[in-house]
Amino acid sequence: MGLERPLKPIKDKAKILSGGVSRRSFMVTSAAAGGGLLIGFYLPQSIGAKAQIVTTEAFGPNAFVRIRPDDSVTLVMPQVEMGQGTYTSMSMLIAEELEVDLAQVTLEAAPPDDRLYANPLLGFQVTGGSTSVPAMWEPLRRAGATARIMLIAAAAADWNVDSMSCRAEKGWVAHPPTGQRLNYGALVDAAAKLPVPDKVALKDPKDFTLIGTPAKRLDTPDKVNGKAQFGIDAMLPGMKFATVAACPVFGGKLASVDDSKAMAVKGVRQVVRLDNAVAVVGDHMWAAMQGLAALDIDWDEGPNAKVSTADIVHQMDIASQKPGVVARSDGDVAKAMPGAARKVEAVYEMPFLAHAAMEPMNCTVHVTPDGCEIWVGIQVVSRAQATAAQVTGLPLDKIQVHNHLLGGGFGRRLDVDGITQAVAIAKQVEGPVKVVWSREEDIQHDVYRPYYYDRLAAGLDEQGLPVAWNHRVTGSSILARWAPPAFVNGLDEDAVNGAAKELPYSIPNILVEYVRHEPPGLTTGWWRGVGPTHNIFVIESFIDELAAAARKDPIEYRRALLGKSARALGVLNLAAEKAGWGGPLPASVGRGVAVQYAMGTYLSQIAEVEVSKDGEVRVRRVVCAVDCGQVVNPDTIVAQIEGGIIFGIGAALWGEITLKNGRVEQHNFNDYRVLRINEAPLIEVHLVKSTEAPGGIGEPGTIGIAPAMANAVVAVTGKRIRKLPIKDQLQPA
Amino acid sequence: MATLLINDQTHELDVPDDMPLLWVLRDVVGLTGTKFGCGVALCGACTVHVDGRSIRSCITPVASVAGKKVTTIEAIGETSSGKKIQQAWLNVEVVQCGYCQSGQIMSAAALIESNPNPSDAEIDAAMSGNICRCGTYPRIRAAIKQASQSA
Amino acid sequence: MSLSRKLVALVVVLVTVAVLGWLTLRSRDPTAFAGGKRVDLADFRGPDPTGVPQSLADADLAVRGEYLTRASDCAACHTAPGGKPFSGGLAFKLPMIGTLYSTNITPDPETGIGAWSDDEFVRALHEGVGKDGERLYPAFPYTSYTLMTRSDALAIKAYLFSLKAIKYTPPPNDVSFPFNQRYLMTFWNVLFNPGHRFQPNADQPAEWNRGAYLVEALGHCGDCHTPRNILFGLKSHQKFAGALIQGWKAYNITPDPKWGIGAWSDAQIGDYLSHGHADQRSSASGPMAEVVDNSLRFLTDVDIRAMATYLKSVPALSDASGAAAVQTPSTQDQIAKSVGLDAGGQSLGLQVFEGACASCHSFDGNGVIFAHASFLGNRTVNDPAGVNATQAILEGTHLHTTRGKIFMPGFGNGYSDAEIAAVVNFVTGRFGTSASAVTADQVATRRQEN
Ligand code: FES
Ligand code: FES
Repeated sequence: MGLERPLKPIKDKAKILSGGVSRRSFMVTSAAAGGGLLIGFYLPQSIGAKAQIVTTEAFGPNAFVRIRPDDSVTLVMPQVEMGQGTYTSMSMLIAEELEVDLAQVTLEAAPPDDRLYANPLLGFQVTGGSTSVPAMWEPLRRAGATARIMLIAAAAADWNVDSMSCRAEKGWVAHPPTGQRLNYGALVDAAAKLPVPDKVALKDPKDFTLIGTPAKRLDTPDKVNGKAQFGIDAMLPGMKFATVAACPVFGGKLASVDDSKAMAVKGVRQVVRLDNAVAVVGDHMWAAMQGLAALDIDWDEGPNAKVSTADIVHQMDIASQKPGVVARSDGDVAKAMPGAARKVEAVYEMPFLAHAAMEPMNCTVHVTPDGCEIWVGIQVVSRAQATAAQVTGLPLDKIQVHNHLLGGGFGRRLDVDGITQAVAIAKQVEGPVKVVWSREEDIQHDVYRPYYYDRLAAGLDEQGLPVAWNHRVTGSSILARWAPPAFVNGLDEDAVNGAAKELPYSIPNILVEYVRHEPPGLTTGWWRGVGPTHNIFVIESFIDELAAAARKDPIEYRRALLGKSARALGVLNLAAEKAGWGGPLPASVGRGVAVQYAMGTYLSQIAEVEVSKDGEVRVRRVVCAVDCGQVVNPDTIVAQIEGGIIFGIGAALWGEITLKNGRVEQHNFNDYRVLRINEAPLIEVHLVKSTEAPGGIGEPGTIGIAPAMANAVVAVTGKRIRKLPIKDQLQPA
Repeated sequence: MATLLINDQTHELDVPDDMPLLWVLRDVVGLTGTKFGCGVALCGACTVHVDGRSIRSCITPVASVAGKKVTTIEAIGETSSGKKIQQAWLNVEVVQCGYCQSGQIMSAAALIESNPNPSDAEIDAAMSGNICRCGTYPRIRAAIKQASQSA
Repeated sequence: MSLSRKLVALVVVLVTVAVLGWLTLRSRDPTAFAGGKRVDLADFRGPDPTGVPQSLADADLAVRGEYLTRASDCAACHTAPGGKPFSGGLAFKLPMIGTLYSTNITPDPETGIGAWSDDEFVRALHEGVGKDGERLYPAFPYTSYTLMTRSDALAIKAYLFSLKAIKYTPPPNDVSFPFNQRYLMTFWNVLFNPGHRFQPNADQPAEWNRGAYLVEALGHCGDCHTPRNILFGLKSHQKFAGALIQGWKAYNITPDPKWGIGAWSDAQIGDYLSHGHADQRSSASGPMAEVVDNSLRFLTDVDIRAMATYLKSVPALSDASGAAAVQTPSTQDQIAKSVGLDAGGQSLGLQVFEGACASCHSFDGNGVIFAHASFLGNRTVNDPAGVNATQAILEGTHLHTTRGKIFMPGFGNGYSDAEIAAVVNFVTGRFGTSASAVTADQVATRRQEN
């Protein structure tokens, strides 16, 4: 899938952050025509390309800040907006250091270019893994500060005063002693001729005027009046519309198709055959849909025609019985486990999940003999370009990608399969064509969150505290497919993320293993919360089992193990206090807790769950305490937590993709159920004030809710949920 | 040939009778503010008003709205309820990815139009046909409350 | 079952056949209720009630066959969900007996009927005997088709043979002893197969006779709408009084004003048959929607009117299926009312309705967009047992209309037994005359049997 471009392995985020930054170098060039100041930085992997960039690519968007004589400040936005508010937080980082009003900043989506716009944490141009703020936190402020200092220097030189006596504010440089002022626009040409300071002092967080204050989102106004342009809204003169049916069995091929009835449908123009799919092209989506329904297709279903979820799980069970690659080993579990006063064991299972982002997969493409233009909302812009180059055989520079707003990403738009397919279709179509998947196609041809099969064992001492901990994760490796170089020595860092080095509990003997097992019949990929959504559910449920075995209060028990992690303890205590842990509840209601460290953020949730006599589960209230370090836009953080929790509740209650005869059994929101407003709980989010490096926030909310719910279910019913979704597990037999 | 009155403009369109209004709006008239989410009335992304009542345009044959007054997200701001809702949406910062929000706003506008002071239960009842995968529900509740109070 | 128990069962069956058979079970001629003089077609003076409508009189054989194939609704049973038309494989789950699968009737010589002679084909329709002389199970309605003329049967064959041959072998029947003893059907046929061609009634108008042929010989309406006795023969004395079939309720279609269609106008009956919906009366769903889809919507208005005329002439009977009297509830103020019900302990049902149902059916039950989605007066919501409501929600239903395809997705895989029971009870209570009391267990059972 996609391209096999060498990527930097994802190492410990903190390390890359500091290491990466120190090795960054800056450049500046004067923009002749029109004038302007450009500041850009290079990431480690682009060093060496510098000279070439300076000479040939200095103009245009190869930079983050662009200030024009007309005073306009443009941020060339490296990250994509999919609801997480990144357009706003990224702008805040620049504006803070540049000393301009947020209102002054205009955005321009960065073109595909890994050398200039790579995500320093992930090594190429990607928005995902809750990394935007952690990754761009320093580089964007540095870019803003560098510009500010050069503008001040230019003004000082002009007035010939000491630049230390000048001040920048709201787009002006002022010299208080003389009362002289110049706006940025007037200074850009002069500033552009100055050398770039290799060291710039960043503002002291206590002087922040923008960062940490609630800022109105820049993308909102157009989203309440229908003007916002998502990928699916691309409209081009002469554009045609297409919809697709790929082989319902993954790995199958198109055997034959009788399109006589389809071609007879009014408005149908063309039926396009790919080796594993058929597309109908028409004057509008309706014609295409009608045409698709009228096709008489024979599939060659291939090797997976009989695959069922039950077989897959059976295979995983077998695979999980052998030791795996060691992801973490402290002390000596083999010795400590038998020596323990008592042993607790459990098997946990997590289902395949679809994303079902609100905007169905779509991509608009125009292929001409000497170029290819793409209109799409995608989390990996450079990969979109690369796959188009691969399919068309055109060089990268002939592929233009116009990135649009994303109607939800959740990880689905980290894969470009839909773009690969759309370009293949467009190659056979005259003029531009918009390919839109039906919701059914979207759900049945997703890239699914892996099924995980976990074995856990813990040895407890007389007090019931764990002295030995063994966690064996069995599941497919997303990294091995998506970023092969990051899959090192058979260990998928993501599959154990949250379970290995991030495990916040102090236990003397720890062994965490990973068994790679690739299921037949589907492709697995990123899903909101990635590795931790699975591991935190398993760990926080199992810790509750241990607390129960030790006859201890779940929160007391965790406190006893969190001595070495003050921040984890902090969010746990805050959540417990705000939720009124231990307070009275109706008999049908219970509380459950979860605490986590993931994406650089500490978070604890307490869920209040009601279970009816029929076994219907309803989440009434969720209290969440978050320590994500330095906050950029607090309101966005609260929104992301709220949304993440709601996303996670739906998945925990009903989310499940199953296979029968190689086919996905779910179709649409009638049988792939997601949470509705009348099923949504009250949610309280409490932020911990902190000056630590900022952590990610798009995913942590989703991660912790399932275990909090499952633990609450135990509190009400005594039934331990070891397999998601909860669905009808609590129905009276 | 269908004659449609969309946002107070008359359109003469040569489209099949059974073509859903959604695709007429998006692909033929070019009003892309109305979204496609499921195609079978399960998500509400395609909600528009027909004679002031909110309906799912993805299952509404264009023939059935001929001669009726169709209002979409592009023009809902010209109604007082729509204006109130949009403003409340901005004040409360409801929106995340925004894809479902056209439909949410159309449903909410229809609600406060017919029921200026909805209770929590009435808000949930009226909005439950609109899915939001980003999970903006708590803010949708708050924004409708705010809009209904801003007389 | 142990062998001895099986033998006992066999004996019981045989004895029952012998004794009860002659006394009560024996089917009478389907049109006998009308009295008057029935004559063989050859001796009938009036216009020929068989064959195709005037408009098709001169069409070639296969085209006439297509109309008759549709009127006989062969596609319904000989097409499996997701399968190719007429290639068979549809399962019939029969309580106690087992599962039968419909056969492939495309012209494929090995797996279909490509090798069948005219006589073999006609014998199957008239006598329920397969190509190699084996007895067919009456899931195949030969007790109705036996009334069909040979020329109509051959027209159908000509049409089927004009179709694309599809190589597909349906799963083998899975029938338990003693029912797998096909020879037993010989006795059964003596009792239940009239075994003669359609006899027009000299004392009835042409329209009635045409209707009778369409309803009895081709449409085989009784196979679903007439209850069956313990030997699975149709209860002649309860003709069209309604029955349960495959978990769906085939409603009473006698002219009884309270239980049947007696109060329906001819226009309403016509609309229902041709379009699957009659305002204030009913919308076809499940198997009946398929009948409209595959069969009735293709019939000429003249033929539809003839069927209505005939149906209105059968004896009015009170209901055998338990569907309540149909009355139209008043339209209530939307949300306020539904929330009001919230207090009445309907919260789970209401909650499901708000999210999954209201978008199409609307809070006032009017059906926002399609008349088909209207609950007002609808039999399904007036059935105190909520049978078809449960099925429609579990399985979904679809139908082609002049305004395109109408579609209700199945919610069975997304919602729990308790939720489905609750929403059925909510809908019947809110929009019908009396709330059903469907339980989660009943829904669970229903799922298994589907
Ligand atoms: S697109 Fe119409 S309700 Fe989902
Ligand atoms: S805001 Fe993204 S789906 Fe609602």
